[in-house]
Order: sequence, then structure tokens, then C-alpha cells
Amino acid sequence: MGSFSLHASCLAKHNLPWSNGCSQNLNSLRIPALQRGPGFLSRKASKILAFYGLKSPPYALDALEPYMSKRLLETHWGEHHHGYVEGLNKQLEKNDILYSYTLDELVKVTYNNGNPLPEFNNAAQVWNHDFFWESMQPGGGGMPELGLLQQIEKDFGSFTNFKEKFIEASLSLFGSGWVWLVLKRQEKRLEVVKTSNAVNPIAWDDIPLMSLDTWEHAYYQDYKHDRGKYVNAFMNHLVSWHVVTARIIRAEAFVNLGEPKIPVA
Amino acid sequence: MAATAAVSPPCALVPCQGLRGALVSTRNFHATKNQRQRGRAVAAPISAKFDLKPPPYPLDALEPHMSQDTISYHWGKHHRGYVENLNMQIVGTDLDGMSLEDIIILSYNKGDILPAFNNAAQIWNHDFFWESMVPNGGGKPSGDLLGLIERDFGSFENFSVKFRSAASTQFGSGWVWLAYKANRLNVGNASNPRPSDEDKKLVVVKSPNAVNPLVWDYLPVLTIDVWEGPKCISFIFSQSRRADYVSMFMEKLVSWETVSARLEMAKAQVAEREREEEKRKYGEDNVNSSNEAVEMYLDSNIEDPAE
Repeated sequence: MGSFSLHASCLAKHNLPWSNGCSQNLNSLRIPALQRGPGFLSRKASKILAFYGLKSPPYALDALEPYMSKRLLETHWGEHHHGYVEGLNKQLEKNDILYSYTLDELVKVTYNNGNPLPEFNNAAQVWNHDFFWESMQPGGGGMPELGLLQQIEKDFGSFTNFKEKFIEASLSLFGSGWVWLVLKRQEKRLEVVKTSNAVNPIAWDDIPLMSLDTWEHAYYQDYKHDRGKYVNAFMNHLVSWHVVTARIIRAEAFVNLGEPKIPVA
Repeated sequence: MAATAAVSPPCALVPCQGLRGALVSTRNFHATKNQRQRGRAVAAPISAKFDLKPPPYPLDALEPHMSQDTISYHWGKHHRGYVENLNMQIVGTDLDGMSLEDIIILSYNKGDILPAFNNAAQIWNHDFFWESMVPNGGGKPSGDLLGLIERDFGSFENFSVKFRSAASTQFGSGWVWLAYKANRLNVGNASNPRPSDEDKKLVVVKSPNAVNPLVWDYLPVLTIDVWEGPKCISFIFSQSRRADYVSMFMEKLVSWETVSARLEMAKAQVAEREREEEKRKYGEDNVNSSNEAVEMYLDSNIEDPAE
């Protein structure tokens, strides 16, 4: 769950059952085929390549209907997200230095303090989409609870305020990008942040808790140009506050937010 | 839409790009202004609003390549949205009354864009885009345009490859352009000591979001929209499909006639600019030399002191 480095480097295993039950198609691995001539054992078989796999969302593709249709997910995940993964793998084939990083590290390193390297777009988009799928759930929406709600009320005044801010950020983002609920490490507070294209708050070491994809490909097939309807559907029916809670709990190991939120019995 | 007929440009194929005021802009003055001039008291303030200019062909004319659905959405919702938003933004400000190109350059603010830029530029970009296409378009250009393409890219195929690759590699939203660039440095004391025709070339450029080459002082002649959304209707928009969309545009929709016409206008504009610069420079030189001449005459009246 969350942004842990779940994309383990491949260690030349042939069986790759993913922890969420999705099986990795071996054809998408970039392990060169063993080349055998008569009696010849290729040394290429021992070459280790790091690669990233297309991680599937933690729900079936039609589970988010009617707010996000199966057709949209098939395009968004199956073509776009998949495309970024393939693109990243292709780029990493050529580059020794980068292939050994975890995805988090790769994003930070290729962001290069604002002067991004060519791998950044693909790496960040893979990360962003993994994070985005996990930020949603069937039967989502509603309100956060307990400690998370208290933190939101502390930093935004009220949950409604936060919701308004989030929606406003999504509507005012021009072009392609993402809207995030982040925990800012230095300021030790929650904020709504919008970023362009593939940019991602882990690049400047903040901790994202939830995101919304506002690239047109993320909603056009279902909502056409009506981004407002899409954002509202996301906030009211899709966002998984459980996941956000889990993420902020983990974040509190790194950021001191004050007294622990012990729920009153 | 009927209201625009009174002031519409003479030829839909030749949009006004950069000829500030020379051709009619996409602006229409409200009837209230006329009424006021005739002495009737009107409550509404004077405002110069932009109108949504329709494409120069019916919305289903580009079938089956670009469906009527796509165009009616892209033009009717997105393009219209930009027009309405810009009108709301400029009311009462000093942008009100300026031409579209002037608003674009001003609000670009050398990269630190002001709020009106996105809407203004997107209106201009979309007008330009609709006019870049024509039913039964595509094929190859001819004449001067082809000659210039072959000179600057090697061959039409090379240009085509460059254009397509730019369209595929524009990350996020944006536009890809073929533009005519007059190589000059935009500083006062820089002058090209040996100006030649080779300095003016066609280039392929890509720009993000709403940016367009007018802000770099280029003269665009062709564009393709690579924002994702509206294409989603007929092209499921992943990287591979974007290539299909660009191919379709190049092979079936581009109006090379329009591009040629724009190129001629661009060349004329550049020539005009050069003439003005020449005149200015010549004017300055003239002033200097006439001063010197006067002094010389004065001196030569004096007898040689050595005598």
C-alpha cells in the first residue's frame, strides 16, 4: 500500500507472482533470450536487468463504475500507464547507472532539482499512476475520520474548506497535471498542491497522501470536457480515505505532527 | 454567429496573423457602441468582445477522419469556453479593446504569464488550427512552399518525419508548428552584416499548453493540436495512437493552400520589416552625413593656412 518501493528489481527469476495476485507477463521482461548455438552457453543469461512492471490497480477494472468506467480504465491503465512502463524500461536498458534505483529514488534522481533528465517523465508517470490507482476504491468518497480528520480540520479549517480548495485547484490547473494532498515535511502541515505534467511532490521531499490525475486522458472518455463533474465524482465516490489514513500514519514516523491522535473511547 | 458576417474577413483561408490591424481581427463591437454614437443613451458599457469564429467548413466536412462529434465538441465546448472566459477576463481592464495578438504578446509577459494569456492564446491557436485543415486535404505542398521546405529540411519526407516526431514527443499538452523564422537578434545594436535569404527559414517547433510562436516573434504557417482531450473521442489517446492521429492529419487534412498563403504573407511581413529597418538606419546615417557635409563646406572656405 502507499508509495513503498513495490517494484523490486528483477533478479533473473522466471516466475514472478506479484503480491497482489497479478501475474507478470514474461514477455514484457527485458531479459535477453538465451542464445544457444550448438554447444554454446551464452553469458548473456547471467546479465541482471532491473525493470519495472505494470502494477494493476487494487480492484477490478469495472469496480469503479459508474464514476470511472471500465473502458476508461482500460485505456488509462492498459494503454497510457502501460506505455509509460514500457517507455521507462526501454530507456533504462541503455543506462547502467539508473537501473539499480528503486522507483522512488529514480524519480528523485531524474528530477534533478528541476532540470529533469529524459527518464523523468516516464519514471514519474509510472509512480504517479501507481499512487493514483491506490488512492481510489470502489465505494470511496465520504469523509475521513479520527486523526486524519482532525489534521485536516487543523490545517484547512474544516473538511469542506479542504474539499473546496482541492476542487478549485483541479479546475484551475491549465494543461496536464496532478492535484495532491501532501504532508509538507518542513512546515509539518497538510496542503493542497498542483503540479504540471509529470511533476511529483516527492521530488522536493514532501509526502503525498492522495492525488487526482487531471490529464485529459484521465477523464475525457467519461466526462469529456467537464472536469468539474469528474473532480466531484472523485471526491464524493472514489477517493479512499482509508488509504490516505494509512499513508499519514506511516508519514508520522518521519514527520512529527504533535500529540498522537488517540481516539476517545 | 450571424453577427460576425458584417465584419468577417474577406477570405477565411487567410487569417490575420500578426498583421496588426491590417486585416480585420476576430473582434466585433457591440451594437450598443453604435447606438451610443447615434446619441441614444444606453446603460451597458462599451466593450469589445471576441466572437467564436467558426471553422471555414461545416462541422461534418472532415469526416471520416475527424468526426463531426469531435469537432463539435472541440470547437463548440473547448474553443467556445476559451472565448467566453477571455471576454469575462478582459471586461473593464486595459486589455479590453486590444486585438487578440496584442493581448497574447502582452499577457505572455516574457514567460511570466498573466491570467489572460492562456485563454487568448488558445483562441488564436484554435482559429489557426481549424483554418489549417480543409476537407480532402493532405497530399504534398507545391511551388514556393515546397521549395522552401526542401531547402530547409532536405526533402518533404524529412520535414514530415520531423513534424511527426515533434508531435509524438511533446509531453503533456501542447502544439506543434511549422513556422517561418526571420533570423534577427532582438537587440538594438545587433545587425546582421551580411543578410541573406538563407537567414529566413522554416522550422518545426513545439510548444507546451497554450504557448505559440508569436511570442518568440516567429510567423507560424501550420499547426497541429496535440492536447489529449478532444482526440479521445475518436482516437484512444496513447502514444502509439497519437502517431496515427498525426499521420491522419498530414495525409488527409492539412490545407497546403492555406499554408502557402500564410507563407507568402509571412515573407511579405518580413520584407516589410526589413525595409522599415533599412529606412530607419538609412535615415540616421543620412542625418549624420549631412552634418559632416556642412562642416566640410565650412572648412573648405578657409584658405590653406600653410600658405
